[in-house]
Amino acid sequence: MYDAGKILPGMALFLAVVLAPIWYNVGSGQAAAGPDIVKPVSEKECVEPAQYMRDNHMQLLIRWRDDAVRDGKRTYVASDGRSYEESLTGTCLRCHSNKGEFCDRCHDYSNVQPSCWGCHTSPEESKA
Amino acid sequence: MTTDRRQFLKMAGVMALGLGLKPVLQSLLGGEVVKASEELLAQGDGQGRRWAMVVDLPRCWSSPGCTDCIAACDAVHNIPHLEDERKAVRWLWQEPYGRLFRGQDPRATFSEVSSKAALVMCNHCENPPCVRVCPTGATWKRGDGIVMMDFHRCIGCRYCMVACPYGARSYNFVDPRQALDMTKVDPGFPTRTRGVVEKCTLCSERIDRGGIPACVEGCSRGALLFGDINDPKSEVRRVVETRLTLVRRPEMGTKPRVYYVVS
Repeated sequence: MYDAGKILPGMALFLAVVLAPIWYNVGSGQAAAGPDIVKPVSEKECVEPAQYMRDNHMQLLIRWRDDAVRDGKRTYVASDGRSYEESLTGTCLRCHSNKGEFCDRCHDYSNVQPSCWGCHTSPEESKA
Repeated sequence: MTTDRRQFLKMAGVMALGLGLKPVLQSLLGGEVVKASEELLAQGDGQGRRWAMVVDLPRCWSSPGCTDCIAACDAVHNIPHLEDERKAVRWLWQEPYGRLFRGQDPRATFSEVSSKAALVMCNHCENPPCVRVCPTGATWKRGDGIVMMDFHRCIGCRYCMVACPYGARSYNFVDPRQALDMTKVDPGFPTRTRGVVEKCTLCSERIDRGGIPACVEGCSRGALLFGDINDPKSEVRRVVETRLTLVRRPEMGTKPRVYYVVS
């Protein structure tokens, strides 16, 4: 290899800089802080268990959207047998009235930009 | 048996011809191709309902200047009022009677009736041309006859606007939120976004919850009727059977489901 004396230290430096955040986390012994979301106080349970909602709320919402708009079906029967109206603004945002502190904080943290809010309005927005 | 190139090509030609004949024979024998589309049109919502509107124009004209129905529609659907007429978004609006029924009603040409304001909206056609041309399935006809609009799927190509003979569709040339008072927006219905086509959906969201269209509810004069035209006992059916009603541009073959009582 030509110029190994320059290339090898250069690569080492590059890797050190790029991997610094990972080593920093390992060294400090704690994971980076997750998004600081504010959960609703009025209700204890969501339509499905919290872990399921964390993982699958987007699929659930897409299904609700297709049911309501395409099939005119507006009732969701949850896994525990309770039924809900399939409505983003009517059902979700009734409890999660703090879109900015709930939806947005986590979406910002994970850098996703759902297009829902281009049309749908949260009670927050219509009050502001 | 050996097959040379010439023989192979001959056989291929005969087979291609045979494939082409299949639909022709089918339509001659059973008319299956035609039947399929008729079945599609005849299928109901499972309960055989077909929603329709009746606009009782003489009754509407008995209170000149009233636009309660339009105000009701605009409020529940968050319809923006844009300054520029060319970019206007309309679901329910007024046109001069003369423009709607010239050729059907002589009064539309000669009498003072021609300049009177008549309500217009999406006709929820039995045979909607907009649905035929939509490349994404964003607009389609529901089993109960409502020509529905799925704003999620609309890509803004505006084929439907070209296809609609009634001009019932509007395009969002600008972000509608800039012309809406966001403090007064009804969160129960989404606003739209730039690049989406919209039109009257006969308040499908209210009908699905057992309600009636907002314009019918908003009209205190009873000039707007809503109901199931397939139900022989419904009021819309009674009015259409007993009074002289017109539909817009019947020669187009779209079979509108908005009827106008004209005298």
